[in-house]
Amino acid sequence: MTTTAVAHETLSTAQAINRALHDAMTEDPAVLMLGEDVGPLGGVFRVTDGLTATFGEDRCFDTPLAEAGIAGFAVGLAMNGMRPVVEMQFDAFAYPAFEQVVSHIAKMRNRTRGRVELPLVIRVPYAGGIGGVEHHCDSSESYYAHTPGLHVVTPSNPSDAYSLLRSAIASPDPVIFLEPKKLYWAKGEVALGDRREPGIGTAVVRRQGTDATLIAYGPAVPVAMEAAEEAAREGRSLQVVDLRSIVPFDDATVCAAVESTGRAVVIAEAAGFASVASEIAARVSERCFHSLSAPVRRVTGFDIPYPPPKLEHVQLPSVARILDAVDDLQWEDA
Amino acid sequence: MLLDPDGRPTAAGAARLPAGEELLRGLAGMITARRFNDQASALVRQGRLAVYPSSHGQEGCQVAAAQVLDDGDWLFPTYRDTAAAVARGVDPVEVLGLLKGDWHSGYDPYERRVAPLTTPLATQLPHAVGVAHAARLRGEGTVVLAMCGDGATSEGDFHEALNFAAVFRAPVVFFVQNNQYAISVPLARQTAAPTLAHKGVGYGIPGEQVDGNDLAALLDVLSGAVERARAGEGPQLVEGRTYRMQAHTNADDATRYRADGEVAAWVARDPLVRLETYLRTDGILDDARAAAFADAAEQVARRTRDGINRDVVPDPDDLFRYVYSEPTSQLVEQLALVHDELSRDESSRDESSRGEQSRAEAHR
Repeated sequence: MTTTAVAHETLSTAQAINRALHDAMTEDPAVLMLGEDVGPLGGVFRVTDGLTATFGEDRCFDTPLAEAGIAGFAVGLAMNGMRPVVEMQFDAFAYPAFEQVVSHIAKMRNRTRGRVELPLVIRVPYAGGIGGVEHHCDSSESYYAHTPGLHVVTPSNPSDAYSLLRSAIASPDPVIFLEPKKLYWAKGEVALGDRREPGIGTAVVRRQGTDATLIAYGPAVPVAMEAAEEAAREGRSLQVVDLRSIVPFDDATVCAAVESTGRAVVIAEAAGFASVASEIAARVSERCFHSLSAPVRRVTGFDIPYPPPKLEHVQLPSVARILDAVDDLQWEDA
Repeated sequence: MLLDPDGRPTAAGAARLPAGEELLRGLAGMITARRFNDQASALVRQGRLAVYPSSHGQEGCQVAAAQVLDDGDWLFPTYRDTAAAVARGVDPVEVLGLLKGDWHSGYDPYERRVAPLTTPLATQLPHAVGVAHAARLRGEGTVVLAMCGDGATSEGDFHEALNFAAVFRAPVVFFVQNNQYAISVPLARQTAAPTLAHKGVGYGIPGEQVDGNDLAALLDVLSGAVERARAGEGPQLVEGRTYRMQAHTNADDATRYRADGEVAAWVARDPLVRLETYLRTDGILDDARAAAFADAAEQVARRTRDGINRDVVPDPDDLFRYVYSEPTSQLVEQLALVHDELSRDESSRDESSRGEQSRAEAHR
């Protein structure tokens, strides 16, 4: 086997996802892209731009405007040899598909003792920070993460967006691929080609630090990075872990990170009660108890419906709120 | 209607009755289906099945749905369509897997191209459309026959599936068994449409109503629908008017919502009696053949009985084995906990007195 040079390009997250779709569709004719406005328009965020022109209407196509139908239709496609990638237009518009996701997509392998696999991906633009009106800014990850049988991943940068989506499309399991809307236009260098690493299930230490660990995923990662930068100016060294994969959860990387600092703050946009952030805080408390110098803190959205655009700054975890939580980690006992 | 309730060919029937061998095959299937239904109901009373939603009275629909399909086609059944799955050749014991309680679904859907029995209403219909569309994209001549009941036509997924199928011209035959009740709720509370077949109009799908207790008419109408779908004419909707002669399941009490007289009127329209009367009157069926059909049905009942009565000890590992292609590290940890708990349960059963003693000591 010859090794081909891997091309690097500077891409936005939306472009990186587009390239991952393009490359997966080029490699495997069974990969189909479907959803609302994903055809000639290229999706409301232009993530599927050019795919219909390149691959034809049988490969990337618009469906009727009905999310349960889209998800159920994708189940049938996957049952019969295809690898469908579904775009749900917005987080809150995916809710009509919930029964199909929970009762069929998540359970088909289990129901049939592994005889029926559903290699399908549901892409969901999610979370806030773009001034979107009601129903366009939900952080819906906990609903999916609470459902056994689904993988749930969310990239925080263009490079991970590319490899995670390639990995998701190649997976024999259904994957909920959550795309932070506010990061669609953020640019970064992306290694292209047949690259599926880092893939599903691996967290990464995004920034080294020795005093406390910030654990974040998706849209909260850049905020955590900014907080760490600010803390460094104040003389505190914060480590940042980017989960990338909510399910499966990378206990090993998270625990090793927290054990190295002895303090942890979990950061997420979603409402905190009964959330992914709660789960992380519980896991870290159970597993790293003897290394902890302070209780694990959570900085999350409040337990309120997502605010209107002019008030969303109140809801979103900010650098100040993160640093306040860090200040509370019982430094006086150190 | 090709045969009237007394088994006499109607005017239409004189011209369109299926061939005698087809009708004999259908009768044999219905006799087996009836025997299977009644055997399964008996197994519930004996405590061997958790529950059984019987299609007793709907055997015409059950058998015709399977009989009109080729081997390469797909059948999408609901939880009440066990007899249709058996008619398509799925092992009767495996068909009852869901109701026996060993696992959620007992058979390999790819083996006979029968999707798992679906319990949430209408949710299997969009799957059927997807399977049909995938086949069409590959240029295969597959037709998918998707079954549902009258209650399911009220669900959003019924609407979405018919709409998707029509837009994509997917080769799907939607076969609604209108058995008049969704558990206790009568059809009048599900729809104000003149018939369920009328619903096709809104999707641009041809809809046809057929006497669901007339196997000859069912074979005629359904095979026509299958052939039109196969020929690229898009999806088809067929409503079979039939009747659930028994309660929803053994846990239901149908006397609370319908009168005996209503049931008796439908018993007089029994699909088995109707076809057998015709076939005997016309000399197509003789005693020897009838005995052979009864014997074949008895064999299916015996195989069902023996299989269901055979206790299988379910393996708790299976609960963790099929959640993902590879178990997550969390599932590996949780399965180890289960193993640990189970091994302690066993040792405490073996030495229960010592266990009580040590617990007593622990409390001191």
